[in-house]
Amino acid sequence: MADTDQLTDAVVTRLADDLDAGFVDLVRAYEKVVYSVALRVGGPGDAEDLAAEAFLRAYRALLGYDRDRILALRPRPWLLTIVLNTWRNSVREAGRRPSQVPLGEAGDLPGGGPSVEEAAERAETRRDLAVLVAALPTTQRVAVVLRHVVGLPIGEVAAVLGCPDGTAKSHVSRGLRRLRMLYLGRSGGVGDDVGSALVPRRMP
Amino acid sequence: MTNNGSDPVVAALGGLAATAPTGLLDRVVSRWVRVPGPVGDLYVAFGAQGISYVRTAASVDDSAVEFTRSFRDRFARPLVPGERPPAGLVAALRTGRTRQLRYDLRGLTPFEVDVLTAAGRIPAGQARPYAWVAREIGRPGAVRAVGTALGRNPVPVLIPCHRVTRADGQVGEYVFGTPVKEAMLLAEHVDLGELRELAKARVFYIGSDTTGIVCFPTCAHARRITPPHRRGFRTVDQATEAGYRPCLHCRPALAASA
Repeated sequence: MADTDQLTDAVVTRLADDLDAGFVDLVRAYEKVVYSVALRVGGPGDAEDLAAEAFLRAYRALLGYDRDRILALRPRPWLLTIVLNTWRNSVREAGRRPSQVPLGEAGDLPGGGPSVEEAAERAETRRDLAVLVAALPTTQRVAVVLRHVVGLPIGEVAAVLGCPDGTAKSHVSRGLRRLRMLYLGRSGGVGDDVGSALVPRRMP
Repeated sequence: MTNNGSDPVVAALGGLAATAPTGLLDRVVSRWVRVPGPVGDLYVAFGAQGISYVRTAASVDDSAVEFTRSFRDRFARPLVPGERPPAGLVAALRTGRTRQLRYDLRGLTPFEVDVLTAAGRIPAGQARPYAWVAREIGRPGAVRAVGTALGRNPVPVLIPCHRVTRADGQVGEYVFGTPVKEAMLLAEHVDLGELRELAKARVFYIGSDTTGIVCFPTCAHARRITPPHRRGFRTVDQATEAGYRPCLHCRPALAASA
């Protein structure tokens, strides 16, 4: 899921020259990162719907952009911002229509959903990291998914979260610390890792 | 001190990245093809959900660029050239059996979908009045709205809105213009001249005095009636008073039920 300046340049140039053909290249280049974030932030039920809806919104936004604005785009953080906005909207709408299951059951809302610790109990036997990630508070979950599931540099994580780099870093490390305790604390035979997990880590 | 390369949690998180489903691109990006149609070539747009847009080549200046622009104006979705037509399209256009094709009508209102579904039941070579569609969908008062919904049909030719015509014997309006509608009906062997003559004589239904069944004039059953046994009627009520019952295939409805 590496993003390079060359890839970015190629995609935005193609978009600027031919929006529709360029959009196919954009989807191909970023569908894995978009889908992975949709899946790990929004949950498995509607990940494909969410990814498709986000791409469509991206296209509709591009329809209103002039050539210079398209050439100045950084597609990956831009697309992921749209994914997360689309996801938040769908969660909000699901809240208005109680018959629908919300996309992100494991949000930050108090009460209701399982806590991280409860999720850890459930995941104990399978050590299902995905379940632990899904149960993180929203901001930590988004930060961890962006930084470590799809491998964004911290600057892009901050751009997507709309916060300074330092704040993004601390969301990532707090989420990671929580995951590390729960995940390694139950793995057996790595007892000392629980201790080391609490040591502040250097983020690249 | 661990680094990310050897941190088992970070390594495991990297494993949570997932390959996108193979169909994702096709859910986002639609394709277009150009295929032979009954009155010249057609541009057809389709996606994972079915056929979504049809225009005659003549109506878009014979240009894929113009078709793409028209699609974009209406749907705001990306459209690129397709490698081959959707399954069954070319054969359906050749035989006129377009009902089995899959259509993507997501942008339409339930009323519009009902109207197009009813229009889709009119067999090739036959015509029904706007009021018939309105009655078929249980909205007998919505005749004008039926006309509007047919005019917004995103897949004309395939969903045969051209088979809905005016009761007075004129073919009525069409998204590609009245002459194209006439040409399409003539290509399906609808006898427009006869329909106009009948309308002039205030005959809108044809009955058979041997079967006692009354039909729309273009119904296959009406066309089979030999001239000595043909009886013309102005209304279905008149026909029923004369002892006829409405055909179960073309379903001319009683005025009283409207």
